[in-house]
Amino acid sequence: MSIATTHPAEHHGEHHPSGILRWLTTTNHKDIGTMYLTFALIMFFVGGIMILAVRAELFSPGLQLMKPEFFNQLIGVHALVMIFAALMPAATGFANWQLPLMIGAPDMALPRLNNWGFWLLPPAAILLTLPFTLALFGIGDGAIATGWTFYAPLSVQGGIGVDFAIFAVHILGVSSIMGSINIIVTIFNLRAPGMTMMKLPLFAWGWLITAFLLIATIPVLAGAVTMLLTDRHFGTHFFDAAGGGDPILFQHLFWFFGHPEVYILLLPVWGLMPHVLSTFSRKPTYGYKAQVYSFIAIGVLSVIVWAHHFFTVGMPVPALIYFMFSTMSISLPLAVLFFCWVATMWRGAMSFETPMLFAQGFIVLFGMAGLTGLVLADVAADAQYHHSYFVVAHFHYALFAGGIMGVMTGVYYWLPKWTGHMYSETLGKWHFWLTVVSFNLTFIPQFFLGLAGMPRRIPDYALQFSEFNAISTVGAFILGLSQLLFAYNIWRCVKGGPKAEGRVWEGAEGLEWELPSPPPHHSWETQPVVK
Amino acid sequence: MKVFARHLRRLPPWLLALPAICRADYSWNFPEPVTPIARDTLKIHNEFMLIITALFVVVFAIMIYSMVKHRKSIGHQPAKFTGPKGGLQWFWAIFPFGILLFIDFILMGIPAVHAIIDMEDTKTKADMVLKVTGMQWKWQYEYPDSGVKFISTMSTPREQIGNAEQKGEHYLLEVDNPVVLPVGKKVRVLLTSTDVIHTWWVPQFGVKRDAIPGFLRETWVKIEKPGIYRGQCAELCGKDHGFMPVVVHAVPETEYLAWLDKKKTESAAAAGAADRTWSKDELIAHGKPVYEKNCAVCHQADGKGIPNAFPALSGSKLCNSEWLSKDGKLIPDSHVDRVMNGKANTAMQAFKGTLSDTDIAAVITYERNSFGNTMGDMIQPAQIKALR
Repeated sequence: MSIATTHPAEHHGEHHPSGILRWLTTTNHKDIGTMYLTFALIMFFVGGIMILAVRAELFSPGLQLMKPEFFNQLIGVHALVMIFAALMPAATGFANWQLPLMIGAPDMALPRLNNWGFWLLPPAAILLTLPFTLALFGIGDGAIATGWTFYAPLSVQGGIGVDFAIFAVHILGVSSIMGSINIIVTIFNLRAPGMTMMKLPLFAWGWLITAFLLIATIPVLAGAVTMLLTDRHFGTHFFDAAGGGDPILFQHLFWFFGHPEVYILLLPVWGLMPHVLSTFSRKPTYGYKAQVYSFIAIGVLSVIVWAHHFFTVGMPVPALIYFMFSTMSISLPLAVLFFCWVATMWRGAMSFETPMLFAQGFIVLFGMAGLTGLVLADVAADAQYHHSYFVVAHFHYALFAGGIMGVMTGVYYWLPKWTGHMYSETLGKWHFWLTVVSFNLTFIPQFFLGLAGMPRRIPDYALQFSEFNAISTVGAFILGLSQLLFAYNIWRCVKGGPKAEGRVWEGAEGLEWELPSPPPHHSWETQPVVK
Repeated sequence: MKVFARHLRRLPPWLLALPAICRADYSWNFPEPVTPIARDTLKIHNEFMLIITALFVVVFAIMIYSMVKHRKSIGHQPAKFTGPKGGLQWFWAIFPFGILLFIDFILMGIPAVHAIIDMEDTKTKADMVLKVTGMQWKWQYEYPDSGVKFISTMSTPREQIGNAEQKGEHYLLEVDNPVVLPVGKKVRVLLTSTDVIHTWWVPQFGVKRDAIPGFLRETWVKIEKPGIYRGQCAELCGKDHGFMPVVVHAVPETEYLAWLDKKKTESAAAAGAADRTWSKDELIAHGKPVYEKNCAVCHQADGKGIPNAFPALSGSKLCNSEWLSKDGKLIPDSHVDRVMNGKANTAMQAFKGTLSDTDIAAVITYERNSFGNTMGDMIQPAQIKALR
C-alpha cells in the first residue's frame, strides 16, 4: 500500500487550467464531487418545476393548463429526472467528496474514470429533456409519455421521446457503473493502514453495497431497454405476444432493476444517518456490526422481491405468496436499522442543529414509508392500493422523505467541511420545518385519495377527489418554494460566512474531521494510521 | 411481554377507536365493499392500519421521549454504550424482532395467504363468464354464453372536461353502455387487451386486474347488493388513460335476463342490417356518430388530427385513394385495410373485432366524404362482411 503520494505539498493546485477547462479536465475528487452535487441541485429544480406544473393541473377537476399527452410526459420525465439526475448524482457527489476524506485516501482510485463518469451526465439530461424542445419546433410529439417505467407495449407505440429516454438511460447507466467501480476499487484498496473492513465508516459500507447493486442490476435495465429499442425499430417481438413475446417480461426485467434501485437510492443515506445521529447525540454509533449485516441483507433481499411491483398482472398463487413473504422479510433488517438509529440517540446528549433535525425528520417520515410498504406487500390488500395514489404517497415518503431529506441531512452536515464556512442555522431550520410540514400536507391527502379509489397518472379526476387534490397542490407549491431557501443557504455558505473549524461539530468522530475545513486539494498526502 | 402490554395500554383511546372511525366515514377509507373479496380486503386493511399505527406510535414515542430527556441543553451526560451487554439487554434488543416476525408472518401473513387463495379461485362454482377487453380508450364487454358483445365508452361531454360546462354528478365516471351483471352470482371475469396494458378496477368489488394484449387474465366478482358501481382504468395506457371509466349495473337475475334478451335482439337486427344495400346518405348519417365515438379522440372531430402524434384524415392520401384493386382484392395499407386491421406498433387499432360490418362501412364512407375529402364513393356493409 504505497499510494500515498510523496510529492511536496506546494506542487499541488498550481498548474491546473483555470475557468471552464478546470472543470472539464479535473480529476480531483472534490471538484468532481462539487460538480455532481451542483448538477443534482439544478436537476432537482428541473424535476420539481415539472411536477409543480402537474400539481397545478390537478388543483381542480377538468383540464385547465395542458393536454393529457403533455401531462403524461411531465410525470414520466419528472420521475426519471429526480431518480437518475438528482438523487443518484447527489449520492455519487457525497461519495466523491467524502470517501477519500473518511477512509484516509488522497483521492479516488480511478480519477480519470471519475471525470468521465460525471461528464456523461449532462448529455444524458439533455437527451431526456430535449424532446420537449424539439416538439416546439414540430419535431416529434414530445418526451417519453409512458411514465418512468417504460412499460411495453405502450412504450413500443410511443414517439421519439421513448428513443431519447432509452439512450439517456444507457448513458446514465454507463456513468453509474463507472462510478460504482471507482467506489468499490477505492474502498477495497485505498483505506488507511489499520482500517479493516469492520472499522470502515458506515457511510462507506452503505455506498459499497449500493455500488454492487448498481453493477448487478443496471445491465439488466440496459438489456430491457435495448430489447425495447429493437422491438420498436428492428422488428423483434420480445414484448409482443403476436410474435411469441410477452409484455410482462418487460415488467420482470424492469423491476429486477427497479426494486434494487430503491435501495441504491437509500443505502447511501442509511449509511450517513448513524454518523449524523452519533455526532449530535455525542455518543458512539449503536450496533455497528448489526447495521453492516443489515445493509448486506437488504442488498441480497432487494434482488429477490421485484414482482411485488406488479401483483395485479395475474401471477400463480405460489409466486404471489413467495413475493409477499420475501418482501415482508425486508422489514426485519430495516427494523434493525431503525432500532440502531433510535438506540444511538438513546441516553445521548442531543442538540438539534439543522442536520440533526433533518436526520430525525428522516427517521419519522421514512418510518411511515416502511410501515405502509409492509401493508403494500400484502397481495390481497395490494389489489386495492396498487396503481392508486396510495402507492404514490408511499414511494414519495420513501424517496423524498427517505432519499432527498437524507441528502439534505448530508449537505447540511458536510457543507461547512467542504466550504470552510458555516451555513445560516436560522435559514436551515426554517427550511427544515417548511419542508416537513408542506411535505406532509402534500402527501398525507394522497394516502386518502388512493384509499378512496383515485388511480395514479390521470390528468383529470372525478369530483369526490377534489378537496384532497387541492390541499395536496397547495402543499406541493409550499414544498417547492421552500427549496429556494435551501439553494440560497448553500449559495451564501459557499460565498462566505463564519469560519468553520476542522472538527465542525462538537461530537463529530472520524478521519474527515481531522483535516482542516476546507480540506487541502489532495486530501490525505500521508495516510493516517487507524488504531 | 409485560412492557409491550403496558405500551398497548398507554395508547391514546382515539387510536383504539380508529377502526370504528374508519368504518363510519368511507371517504377516509375504502368505499363500501359489495363483494366477499372487498369485505375481506377492507377488514385486512383496517387491521393492518391499526398494527402499523401502533408500531409507529410505540417506536416514535420512545424516540420523542429520548429527544426530550436526553438533550444537551438540560445537561444530560452522554452514555458510552455501543451495543447490548449481558443477557437482559440482548433479550430487549432481540425481542422487538420477535414481535415483528410474529406480525409479518403470522398476524398479517396467515390472513393474507387465505385471502390470496380465495381471490385467485376464479373457477370453483362460477355461474357465468364475462369477457373484458381493454382498448385505447374504452372497454369491450362480451357475454360468451349468449354472444352479446358491446363497447362501453365514457359519456362525459368534452365540454365538461374543458370547463366550458358545469360538471355532472358522475363526472368522468359515466359511460354510454354500462356492463350489466346479476347479483348473487359468481362471475368469472376474463381479461385481455387489443393494444397496450389496461387495468380493470372497480374499488367496491376489491378487484383490480391487468388486461394484457395477447394473454388472458382472470379474476372474479360476486356482487351482493344491487346498485351502480364505478371504477376506472388503473394502468397508464396513453393519452386518454384518465377517460376510460368502468360502470357496472348490478341487478337481480330476472332483470339481468330481460336485459340480455333485449341485447340479443338488438345485435340480431344489426347483423341483419349488413345484408341490405344502404344509400350513401344513410351510410354517412350512420357513420358520423361512429366516428365521433371511436375515431375523434385521436383524429379529432374536424379530421385534422394532432400534428406529430395522430395523422389528419382531412386531405390524407389514405382517405382519397382506392381501397379495392381492379381484380377485386383488398389493397394492403388502403383505407379499408387500415380501419379493419389497424397499424402495428401505433395507437391505430384493428376495428375488425370491435365494430360491426355496418359501422365499419359507414365510418369509412363518412371519412371519405367529410372534412373536405371528396372521394364520393361508398362501401356497403356486405362488402365488409365478405372481407372478414
